[in-house]
Amino acid sequence: MKAKTVDRIMTGVIVGVAVLIIAVLAGLLGYLLVRGLRHISLDFLLSPPQTIKAGGGIGPQLFNSLFLLVLTMIITIPLGLGAGIYMSEYAKPNRLTAFIRLIVEVLSSFPSIVVGLFGLLVIVNMFGLGFSLFSGALALTVFNLPLMVRITEQSLRSVPREQKEAGLALGLSRWRTITSVLLPVAIPSIVTGTILAAGRVFGEAAALLFTAGMSSPRLDFSDWNPLHHTSPLNPFRPAETLAVHIWKINSEGLAPDAAQIAAGASAVLVITVLIFNLGARWLGRVLYRKLTASK
Amino acid sequence: MIIEIERLQLYYSAFHALKNVNLSIPENRVTAFIGPSGCGKSTLLRTLNRMNDTIPGVRIEGEVTIQGRNIYGSETEVEFLRKRVGMVFQQPNPFPKSIYDNVAYGPRLHGVTKKAELDGIVERSLRSASLWQEVKDVLKKSAWSLSGGQQQRLCIARALAVEPEILLMDESTSALDPISTTKIEELTRELREKYTIVMVTHNMHQAARISDRTVFFLNGEVVEASDTEALFRSPVDQRTEDYISGRFG
Repeated sequence: MKAKTVDRIMTGVIVGVAVLIIAVLAGLLGYLLVRGLRHISLDFLLSPPQTIKAGGGIGPQLFNSLFLLVLTMIITIPLGLGAGIYMSEYAKPNRLTAFIRLIVEVLSSFPSIVVGLFGLLVIVNMFGLGFSLFSGALALTVFNLPLMVRITEQSLRSVPREQKEAGLALGLSRWRTITSVLLPVAIPSIVTGTILAAGRVFGEAAALLFTAGMSSPRLDFSDWNPLHHTSPLNPFRPAETLAVHIWKINSEGLAPDAAQIAAGASAVLVITVLIFNLGARWLGRVLYRKLTASK
Repeated sequence: MIIEIERLQLYYSAFHALKNVNLSIPENRVTAFIGPSGCGKSTLLRTLNRMNDTIPGVRIEGEVTIQGRNIYGSETEVEFLRKRVGMVFQQPNPFPKSIYDNVAYGPRLHGVTKKAELDGIVERSLRSASLWQEVKDVLKKSAWSLSGGQQQRLCIARALAVEPEILLMDESTSALDPISTTKIEELTRELREKYTIVMVTHNMHQAARISDRTVFFLNGEVVEASDTEALFRSPVDQRTEDYISGRFG
């Protein structure tokens, strides 16, 4: 065969694979949205679910998902930034560092159901935190943290060495160089990476089944004292998230419109994750322009 | 003599990069380090502001004194040293910020906050780097929008803004076009009125054109150090003669 023919065939194959992947994605997304969008209304988004009657909503679950995400991020962002800065700027290249890096990799590829069971044994039972948002946030931290560390480390490493030397040569201390030279350049990609990681946290179900629990107490949305039992802001109450709700309603839902609710909830979940993704790109671009004066 | 180097040995792990260097560098003069690639000239330059500290596995013996103080002594603060000994690199490396912010960067982080004072420093530094006329109306523009030669002069201005006494230039024209190179060379001549300049160059002609003193390195050793004119006209060492007449390197 002539080289040109081979080239043509291979181009065709590669384009075909790409089209196939896009078709699968678009089909999946379209199916979820077509089935689900019909059931989404303001009432659906805000009202509590019904056990046996039709017409339940997903209000508390949506709130729980968002609140859990915030809690998880409050724990992971400082830890992840700290560890990432250490790995990229302070850790000497030796066996210990390589070992830490290996552990981080392994941790991030843990199956989430294993993390959930670990959470049940250690966080819920051993530490006695019970089924609670806090337990859920800790479990999510287990596989979100490695991601945060890696995002931070890689973002800092991708800042050109010349930039760092310029800072040091001006007489800035190492810490000052990190905070005022490296971080401003790295922050856009750290933020983008963080939001993408947040999307994963938002859609997680398996790790939460046994940590945040599968039920939600009656929430009083007029009580914002985080210490009260029925307050939505209480981090030590059990909380069913949107993803867990979809799983539960599909497997043991008793309401006559369970299928529709699951479809609607799935669509809400997908749309939220999509918004995260698009928002991440947008925010990354805006920050980059802001922080680097490159208009 | 503003800088005195005595019995300096430098190792990168097992590699002996600088071998028993003894050298004096005079104040308010341009001193050029020349020699073939890998001869240790850049390494020596980077010991003068301790930039080698950032490389793992570096070991240094001997003494480097600047104005009578051993900069490798335990009481020396590296940050303070680097404020007094500025550096311009091979590649222009302005921060991804505006022209103004690049120059104001060092003074700000060293505690200057008043707008008027900063404005003064920025203008003075840009004038010293002969860049003011070209950028005075676009100070808010990104430094990355400047040409390579302008960026390098901006880096010089940035280094001057923290008021160093010594300026190290590490092959600072090698990434630039001939016109920009000429500008920086002229600038270097002017700057020696107020600063002591130590430059590394792979270009012998550049050393001959702009330096007062020239130091020739080979395999980590100082072969010959003398007034530029003398070194190029009547080198004492045979190896120096071979190098400057283009027989190797």
